[in-house]
Amino acid sequence: MRRDHRRSIVGVHLALILLLLGAQFVVPPFHRTMVTRIMILTTYAMGYNLLLGYTGLMSLGHAMFFASGMYTTGLTVFYLGFGAPAALVAGLLASVLMSTLTGLITLRTTGASFLVITMMFSQAFHLATLYFNKFTMGDQGFILSGRLRPLRLGTAELAFSDPVLKYNLALVLFAIFLMMSVWLIGSPIGRILVGVRENEERTRLLGYNTFNYKLLSLIISGSLSGVAGSVYALTFSYVGSSFASIIYSIYPLLWTLLGGAGTTIGPFVGTAVMAFVVDIASGLTSSYLFAVGAMLIILILWFPSGVIGGIRSRWVRWLP
Amino acid sequence: MSFGGQLFLALLEGTVTGFVLALTALGLSLVFGVMRIVNVAHGEFFMLGAVIAWYFSAMFGGYFVALLAAPLVVGGIAYLADRLVLRRINYSPESTIVATIGLLYIIQQLVLTVYGPYARSVTTPFYFRVDFPWFGYSGYKLVVAGISAMLLLATWLVVTKTTAGLYMRATQQNQEMAQAFGVPVHRVYPLVFALGAGLTALAGALVVPVQQAHYLMGLDALLMSFIVVVLGGLGSLKGTMVAAFLVGISDGVVSVFFSPTLAKIIATVLVALVLSFRTGGLFGVEET
Amino acid sequence: MGEMASMTRLLQTTALSKRFRGLEAVQPVDLRLDQGEIRAIIGPNGAGKTTLVCMISGRVSPTSGQVHFKDRDITRLRAWDRVALGIVYTFQVTSIFRKLTVYENVALAVQRKLMRRALDRLTLREAILSDRVEAALAEVGLGQVGNHLAGLLPYGHQKLLEVAMALALKPEVLILDEPTQGLAPEEIINFCDLIRKISREVTILLIEHNMPVVLELATGITVMDKGAIIAVGTPDEIEANARVQEAYLGL
Repeated sequence: MRRDHRRSIVGVHLALILLLLGAQFVVPPFHRTMVTRIMILTTYAMGYNLLLGYTGLMSLGHAMFFASGMYTTGLTVFYLGFGAPAALVAGLLASVLMSTLTGLITLRTTGASFLVITMMFSQAFHLATLYFNKFTMGDQGFILSGRLRPLRLGTAELAFSDPVLKYNLALVLFAIFLMMSVWLIGSPIGRILVGVRENEERTRLLGYNTFNYKLLSLIISGSLSGVAGSVYALTFSYVGSSFASIIYSIYPLLWTLLGGAGTTIGPFVGTAVMAFVVDIASGLTSSYLFAVGAMLIILILWFPSGVIGGIRSRWVRWLP
Repeated sequence: MSFGGQLFLALLEGTVTGFVLALTALGLSLVFGVMRIVNVAHGEFFMLGAVIAWYFSAMFGGYFVALLAAPLVVGGIAYLADRLVLRRINYSPESTIVATIGLLYIIQQLVLTVYGPYARSVTTPFYFRVDFPWFGYSGYKLVVAGISAMLLLATWLVVTKTTAGLYMRATQQNQEMAQAFGVPVHRVYPLVFALGAGLTALAGALVVPVQQAHYLMGLDALLMSFIVVVLGGLGSLKGTMVAAFLVGISDGVVSVFFSPTLAKIIATVLVALVLSFRTGGLFGVEET
Repeated sequence: MGEMASMTRLLQTTALSKRFRGLEAVQPVDLRLDQGEIRAIIGPNGAGKTTLVCMISGRVSPTSGQVHFKDRDITRLRAWDRVALGIVYTFQVTSIFRKLTVYENVALAVQRKLMRRALDRLTLREAILSDRVEAALAEVGLGQVGNHLAGLLPYGHQKLLEVAMALALKPEVLILDEPTQGLAPEEIINFCDLIRKISREVTILLIEHNMPVVLELATGITVMDKGAIIAVGTPDEIEANARVQEAYLGL
């Protein structure tokens, strides 16, 4: 049983965090930015994984959550002069609100209908960011640098342009949510979500109000995605409507599947691998999204449980 | 133009849109109804139809040949996709979604590479103007609507009156039973998939003289098809038709009086709301 | 034979009926279940047995009528809340978590009973959970297979797993829907012993086609046909009843 391996589980995840902590001293500056981006987007993927991998619900609308965090943070900094902490809180609140509302409406459906509805809401959100381009600057987007006040930690002042701050902010985000997901999956709630995924009706007849748990899962999932969006805005200093477009709903699906849906480390592996694949591919051709398409088909035909999923079922059964 | 004139224009545009949308979405509805899968690459088949039509018109000067070639080529591609990928994953719903998303990007990016990122148009094969009291209207658009209507009718006849159609309906109702009765289910599937792709490719080919052919045009077609199919009720062809007209007309009206973007936003949100409260859409069966 | 059924009324349906789009699956039915009974519901296919029992457990909402549990009206109560009250249903075709281990299957059930406060959803005493899971598995005889994947168990063991999950929920009324269907003769004997043992603490409502099992286990029998109850009585009374014999001739 997984319980017996608790120490190993915590150990593996802490080791990953420590590895990333140390990597910043060893890795060249270009790759440091890349790892920063990977860590933030992994958080997005982890949020998505909670809903897909653990609760069994496939959404094509998570870009809406990511972007609502990103836009709330960006707009509050740009127009209202919020400092980073306040903007982050604002982003979190916005994504919680967004996920709750979305959940209450969409969770009445499941399967293909859920997929389509989430996609539609997300498209509407994307269109809205374009429609209100007087504020959002639409596709072109807007930049935060220059408007973002430095972070004050004790007596030190760290500017958001500082790559060290960026990296470690992303790392803190990643670490907190990685450990949180490990804990959540191992908790009673985690078990219930897996029950919903495996056999929802059975779970209902074991005495659980599955709607409430699906809603909880969606709220946590959406909020995590939103926080990732907020941190992305602060770190990369750019907010644009491309992050609300459908490809940004497909990315977390791809990363999660590649790394292994229903595993805690899978999202990280998937995000990291695709980051490198896209990096290489965009050096070769402007149609690098072809790699995304090909990857998805290869995965679904031959590696449906992803990298970590495969490793888990063959060698390391206790991985959550 | 007077309000009445504008309204009439809106309704006319809406009706034309409705017919074309019905034709575009019909394939998606058929595929879902018979095969129980969601084809996320559906919009790309539409786009392929448009691009192929452009190639035939611009390069070989034969627009009418394009109307034949587009559905055949795209149908062939769809057939291959079914044999090579969909059958291997056994048409499992979730896996098919992922696989067709992959197919979407493969098709889209291949077109980007070969056709390029620019939107290109084709001159209408014939031009005549229909004069209404308030405005002149493109006769070609009316012909397109007419052709779409005929194709819809033809499809309906095939589905309801022919043996092939019978096989499709039997498979839709109860796959196991159909198999037990000797329906070659595994041959029905690739043909239905190809038919669905061909119909939407034809729609794409028909609109090219009016819209331009662009490698990203599939996304809009996909979204509109989804809206129409799910609103009308997954699995109900009649529902898809009705929904196409509802959506077409409201889109036409809102677009004339407000911005098209706003129209899309409203349509999307409204449909999503309808769906959450009537999970089966207008004519479908309530999901448990 | 067993103990006398106490006259405490546990469950009562009043004019409970179900109509599906023009087909009346269950006509207004009054059924009374007393504490300590092992009541069998028998009847030809399509008699409405499963529908009736689904209305009692909350899986299906009635077209009209009420369900009372311990004199409390639970007609509006959703299925998951009825489980909390002690009404537990096991599926006709086994519905378990096939890709999870036997342990995890029962754990989810045990967990429900252990989660009393809101905070319990975040963390539970694993030791208590573990003990209860082992106890439930031992009671049905699956103590050795905790680690096995539920879907790979032989069919008979899957049925036992369902019972273990039901027991973990500490039921007051256990509803078994055709539990011996698909079991080999030795398994059936085993099953009957298990039911008899459970019935000392739990009231049983049992849908069965296997008449020897019914006659062996039941303290009372309700006979249904075409959506209505046509006879209620002790096994002896039902065996002698002509109407019942007539209804079953169509089988």
